[in-house]
Amino acid sequence: MSATGIGAAVRRKEDLRFITGKGKYTDDVVRPGETRAVFVRSPHAHAKINSIDGSAAKKMPGVVDVLTGKELATDKIGNLICGWMIHSKDGTPMKMAPHPALATDKVCHVGDAVAVVIAATQAQARDAAEKVKVDYQVLPAVVDPGRAKSGPQIHDVAPKNTIYEWSLGDAKAVDAAFAAAKHVTKLDIVNNRLVPNAIEPRVALAEYDAGTDQLTLWNTTQNPHVSRLVIAAFVGMAPEHKLRVIAPDVGGGFGSKIFIYPEEVVCLWAARKVGRPVKWTADRSESFVTDAHGRDHVTHAELALDANGKMLAMRVKTIANLGAYMSTFSSSVPTYLYATLLSGQYDIPQIYCEVDAVYTNTVPVDAYRGAGRPEATFVVERLVEVAARQMDIDPADLRKRNFIKSFPHQTPVIMAYDAGDYNASLKKALELADVKGFNKRKRDAARDGKLRGLGYSTYIEACGIAPSQAVGSLGCGLGLWESAEVRVNPTGSVEVLTGTHAHGQGHETTFAQLVSERLGIPFENVSIVHGDTDKVQFGMGTYGSRSGAVGMSAIVKALDKIEAKAKKVAAHMLEAAEGDIVFKDGKFTVAGTDKSAAWGDVSLNAYIAHKFAGQELEPGLKETSFYDPTNFTFPAGCHICEVEVDRDTGKTEIVNWTAVDDFGTIINPMIVEGQVHGGIAQGIGQALLEGAVYDKDGQLVTGSLMDYSMPHAHDLPSFQVGLTETKSPSNPLGIKGCGEAGAIAAPAAVINAITDAIGNEELAMPATAQTVWAALKRAQPRQAA
Amino acid sequence: MPAVSMTVNGKAVTGDVEARTLLVQFLRENLRLTGTHVGCDTSQCGACVVHIDGIAAKSCTTLALQCEGAKVITIEGLADPNGPLHPMQEAFRENHGLQCGFCTPGMIMAALDIVRRRGNDLDEHTIREQLDGNICRCTGYHNIVKAIAAGAKAMAKGGARQAAE
Repeated sequence: MSATGIGAAVRRKEDLRFITGKGKYTDDVVRPGETRAVFVRSPHAHAKINSIDGSAAKKMPGVVDVLTGKELATDKIGNLICGWMIHSKDGTPMKMAPHPALATDKVCHVGDAVAVVIAATQAQARDAAEKVKVDYQVLPAVVDPGRAKSGPQIHDVAPKNTIYEWSLGDAKAVDAAFAAAKHVTKLDIVNNRLVPNAIEPRVALAEYDAGTDQLTLWNTTQNPHVSRLVIAAFVGMAPEHKLRVIAPDVGGGFGSKIFIYPEEVVCLWAARKVGRPVKWTADRSESFVTDAHGRDHVTHAELALDANGKMLAMRVKTIANLGAYMSTFSSSVPTYLYATLLSGQYDIPQIYCEVDAVYTNTVPVDAYRGAGRPEATFVVERLVEVAARQMDIDPADLRKRNFIKSFPHQTPVIMAYDAGDYNASLKKALELADVKGFNKRKRDAARDGKLRGLGYSTYIEACGIAPSQAVGSLGCGLGLWESAEVRVNPTGSVEVLTGTHAHGQGHETTFAQLVSERLGIPFENVSIVHGDTDKVQFGMGTYGSRSGAVGMSAIVKALDKIEAKAKKVAAHMLEAAEGDIVFKDGKFTVAGTDKSAAWGDVSLNAYIAHKFAGQELEPGLKETSFYDPTNFTFPAGCHICEVEVDRDTGKTEIVNWTAVDDFGTIINPMIVEGQVHGGIAQGIGQALLEGAVYDKDGQLVTGSLMDYSMPHAHDLPSFQVGLTETKSPSNPLGIKGCGEAGAIAAPAAVINAITDAIGNEELAMPATAQTVWAALKRAQPRQAA
Repeated sequence: MPAVSMTVNGKAVTGDVEARTLLVQFLRENLRLTGTHVGCDTSQCGACVVHIDGIAAKSCTTLALQCEGAKVITIEGLADPNGPLHPMQEAFRENHGLQCGFCTPGMIMAALDIVRRRGNDLDEHTIREQLDGNICRCTGYHNIVKAIAAGAKAMAKGGARQAAE
């Protein structure tokens, strides 16, 4: 392993600009003549719009224009769409309601935009926005997904507020297995609604060049090409080749910056209309009511086991709250990213899952770190833990008895797991967490009046999203391959143009490590270019832990082509047969001789083209690849959480966290560990602190960082992180992906630990001190099954 | 509009601002010092932390006019552009104490204030408690805590320029 190659903990290239304040985020971009946009938003969860009067606002100082949805419609700007088609059990397509970027007839959630004020400064736009008079007729609202079907109908297209009623699996076979089971564990689970809260709020800056009829959008997006495609082809803003989307440094995404939002559409439209650049920067209060939220499931789940604890079948019924409109990929999250993972790490012969997706008068819900897989893992790992306790079987042992041990393994819910060793990660985690010493620690804690608990989560996820044919057959409107272009310059330095996008993941470093290792050139001589549709070929962006497994595989394929071409050039230079050229450590050698050419000589010769004729070889050294994976990847592992609960206050302290993950090949262990830490923190946040709360009228009660409890440094422990490795067979590097694991594994580990400590399985997330205290008061001595 | 004068990163600056203009707006928009960030509107996230007369403050909750005559240091002023990084900056890089980088300037400025108040030998508990005014969504704080402990130590060692001067 070289100091900067695959497997080295190389310090990050991108850090210098961030630690010196030289990062360039969207809000840092300023265009000549720039104006500022401030949106007028609905204060009501559900209301008819009788009228909008912007005349007073138009007279305010600095105001350039006040625009509404009527003008948007007149200009034939189309609606936002959801790009993944789900069909109900009865074969009918999902009920996608119109989602205009500015509401015209009615508003469907607090924060729904009804008008935009464009002014010279932010303060002027804000002042004028307060002068826009909107006459609303308030309608009754529904916010609780469990009551959505009987609540007031929000959209004409969706009776009973039902988007789809979907199922996966064989219901009859599952019923039969349950009928024959010795033990059945049943749980009612609420997976709490979360607000993503990337620390950089969303920003859109749009500029129109009338001379070239070209629109440019600087945007906080995880996938600039997908954004451009949707805004061009579906919203109809401009032809694709007349729209450029640039995602500069982006300050965290976690899924929330995948989606195409109303604000970027409106800024583009307004920039062309007013003839000046238009910038919108969300303030945090706006982020709370406009960024797509995550999770929000209500579930009843059952697990059937035989007398020996062998799992026989699982039955799950979930109501998924998708909010007021269908966000870009929302339909796929509680279906193909959720039900397909219900087998966990276990050999379960039969699984049946029903999912009803509903509209409510709340912010749209879409993918948030893990997206469906945390919800699935929580169901599976809670069922397994509770079943073990009820059957008086050690929870680790019950897991072991049911682990899938041979691969490939076809689950009853679509996925074909291709590689893994679940026992290995469990074993290592048991050692690192010193589970053997737990009983002593529990006794010691009890002497201090503290309750200790231990919770496991042996999770699996499907990442490396995704084989295009497979997702196409499941309803996805896009292919999920990735692209790369490798440009070797005449001097031998290299630019890699990748269709992925980094917003904290460190691609500029890890991708350069791959190129440095493969071409034998210094790490410093490699630049990674992303985030600009004018520079980079079409690509799918970053989400679903796909950038390593899919994005880097595309780079590998392009590098293969580079090597093949460079060998041809070297053969001409060295006057040898192409087949005799050996490329190693950045040097081309004629096999069996001492004749060689250095990397830089070959790259220069590729461009000066003095040693070969154009008919036999094209000059230049630049190759492109579009890589489509053959399968999802299946990262898996074991997280063990140990807690101490204060008997008197219910306050939970996480005293030990052990994570052992199998991510396949690791490019940079430092970065991978960082991803694990961040994921766990978000998972612990969900379990202990975070929860979006609406009142019955649809007001978001937790609408600021004062009310919504984000994890702080003092809320979290340090993490003990270990690795096991089985290579993914579905991509050339053997990578599985690491970005979401912590957020997927953690909530179940925390809740399993607290319920172990307090002896009561009925514990809602977030398990705040008050919630735990109340559960403790209700706790009954645990019964063996 | 009233004028305001202050010293920012050692340079005398002056500008016309509205009475309601925040220090962070003055830094970002008037002076184009965009290393100081805005992550919230309720003074919780700490992405906007700068030093005013040697003490950490949230520039999103400080009026520009309040800083008349003050000495302000931002992330851009921590290290000489032609010299080495400040040890705390270096410690964040060395310990992978940042991912997306958006909260990082505020974290580093807050970290220096912890050193000022609590010294160079910081234990994990102290760092975690003292970081109450800063939020990071990426790192889970594990490596930020390590970075601050290491940076504090490095500052004690060798002639490090104290940030808040």
